[in-house]
Amino acid sequence: MNALALLLVMELGDRFALMGVVLGVLLTAVAYTVYAERRIAAFIQNRTGPDRVGFDLIPQLKFLKGAIGLGQPLADVIKLLMKEDVVPENANKFVHALAPLISLFAALTTIAVVPYAKGVAIADVNIGILYILAITSLGVYGITLSGWASNSKYSLLGGLRSSAQMISYELSMGLAVVSVVVLTNALNMGEIVESQTSNPLNWNVCRNLLGFIIFTTAAFAETNRAPFDLPEAEQELVGGYHTEYSSMKFALFFLAEYANMIVACTVIVTLFLGGYQVPFWTDAPWFVQVGAFITKTLFMMFVFIWVRWTLPRFKYNQLMDLGWKFMLPLGLFNLLIVASTIVIFGNSLPLSILNLVLVALCVAGSFAAKPQSKMA
Amino acid sequence: MNSLAYQIIFYLFAAIIVGSAALVVISKNIIHSAFGLLFTFFGVAAIYVYLNADFIAVTQIVVYVGGILVLLLFGVMLTNKITQADLKTETLNPVPGLLITLSVLAMLLYTFYFRAKWVTVPVDQQLRGTVVEPIGIATMTTYVLPFEIVSIVLMVALLGAAYIARADRKVQTKEGK
Amino acid sequence: MIEAYLPIFAMIVIAIVLGVLLLTLGRLLGPKRSNSEKMSTYESGIEPVGTAKARISVKYYLVAMFFIIFDIEVIFMYPWAVNLREFGVSGLVSMITFALLLLVGYFYILKKGGLEWN
Repeated sequence: MNALALLLVMELGDRFALMGVVLGVLLTAVAYTVYAERRIAAFIQNRTGPDRVGFDLIPQLKFLKGAIGLGQPLADVIKLLMKEDVVPENANKFVHALAPLISLFAALTTIAVVPYAKGVAIADVNIGILYILAITSLGVYGITLSGWASNSKYSLLGGLRSSAQMISYELSMGLAVVSVVVLTNALNMGEIVESQTSNPLNWNVCRNLLGFIIFTTAAFAETNRAPFDLPEAEQELVGGYHTEYSSMKFALFFLAEYANMIVACTVIVTLFLGGYQVPFWTDAPWFVQVGAFITKTLFMMFVFIWVRWTLPRFKYNQLMDLGWKFMLPLGLFNLLIVASTIVIFGNSLPLSILNLVLVALCVAGSFAAKPQSKMA
Repeated sequence: MNSLAYQIIFYLFAAIIVGSAALVVISKNIIHSAFGLLFTFFGVAAIYVYLNADFIAVTQIVVYVGGILVLLLFGVMLTNKITQADLKTETLNPVPGLLITLSVLAMLLYTFYFRAKWVTVPVDQQLRGTVVEPIGIATMTTYVLPFEIVSIVLMVALLGAAYIARADRKVQTKEGK
Repeated sequence: MIEAYLPIFAMIVIAIVLGVLLLTLGRLLGPKRSNSEKMSTYESGIEPVGTAKARISVKYYLVAMFFIIFDIEVIFMYPWAVNLREFGVSGLVSMITFALLLLVGYFYILKKGGLEWN
């Protein structure tokens, strides 16, 4: 194994630096996304949120005080590490420990093919987008197996619901991706970004608005976030699949969940929001591109958090109905429209115009409808 | 290119495949078997990558790991008797079994060393790029009729599933009961 | 081509090592004061009733079955999608035929109530 490690280092060299940076950023981002989520949730619900923990132990950082609670993530991590690892007596110990590992594995390996700037990605794979779909389908196992291994009714139901939900929404996600492939004519993540150019009108969110909405909704479902958070519906299933998890194993699920959310945001940005492209600045320097990429990702993360604390949770039959009776036909319909436009017109301009007109109509309609809704 | 690293990784995946496949066969707990199958499928996908068949590797994971294995797990969970029973067949025929195993092994080894025509291509002439595009062109031109027939087969499978769904409606049970 | 996958392999190894490391760290740092009450399965504070490995609804099985069929359909679409510009109308027509045949099956299961969750 030592020889293998040595060979890998020799072969990959500077890629390891990139991997280290990406993983470091991702893990820190997870910690602070949890913090941001709690602050935004508090803001939406008119509370204060975490505001006590600072870095007072380190003299140089004392100026940060506790007022905005920036030390909270660190304190949470330490707390989780120091907790006792309780495994229920009838649980299958091996699978119980392995399930969070699978979840984490799926969350961390997806990021490998996302390009952060032109030509900068951990792995430049020809079929990048298919790789992401493949790894996404692995994620089901962490949840199903944790539900089964815990030997608890809540866990089993949560795990089952979750896996059925995830596979249902994978279909509409796949269809949205196919429509993107039709538009960009590429499966490589870098090429998908390049074909969107630096003109925002060429970004897939303009050309394929419906696909963007379908993909984002499916991503909410795949990451088990509200309004699709039934697997861990606190009020009915206690904690869902992680009812019987504590200490570091729970932390791994938590980590995987938020890492999944961040990775889903980077994938949405890459597929629909032009990835690292800077608006109206072709071939920007790499650090500007990375900055654009991070800004867009942060925006998508805010949307994820915003939606979670705004929309109520679905009932299970509503969720399955939405997935199978609405999203799946809608995905096919969207693909039909995109493919026909490409075949008939040879380019995607009619789609952009159609989408812009639709958005303008919606905005105008919402302004026009305002007095009525107030009366009602 | 450091071919030794690739060889080591290849044998690593081969070991994962053989080990997990052994777990599938030997394990008495059927969920463990299903779990072993997960690693077998994953390892096979890695071998496909070694064969430059990236699309097949992805299909392997998406369809087998993401679909069929989930179906197997659900199927196992449908019947609680299976999950708790120790799986052990009462009929054991060690001598004929061993004989068959050895003869199959001998046949395989014979084919491997004497009969198989191995394709050896220099590194620079190997397949470059992805196989997705050639596959797409082939399905849409030469094999367009089989392609449409596939959809009929899938439709028939859907109809069969719907038939089972109808049978279920008569004895509808609440989830988890 | 295989070289492109080496970083992914490295990433897989790193993900596994990181996970195992974190689990071991948690196990080393956490206290171990277990008793039978603590180890029992959570069931809203009452004694656990029956087994948790109950039989599940056949609906889940059906969903997985429908998923596989449509998943294969979607998988077939990728090689078609990357070449669509070259195929033109004929490619579009053959894929619409393909999807329509599956849609017949879809409407059949819809009418038969295969997708009802109550």
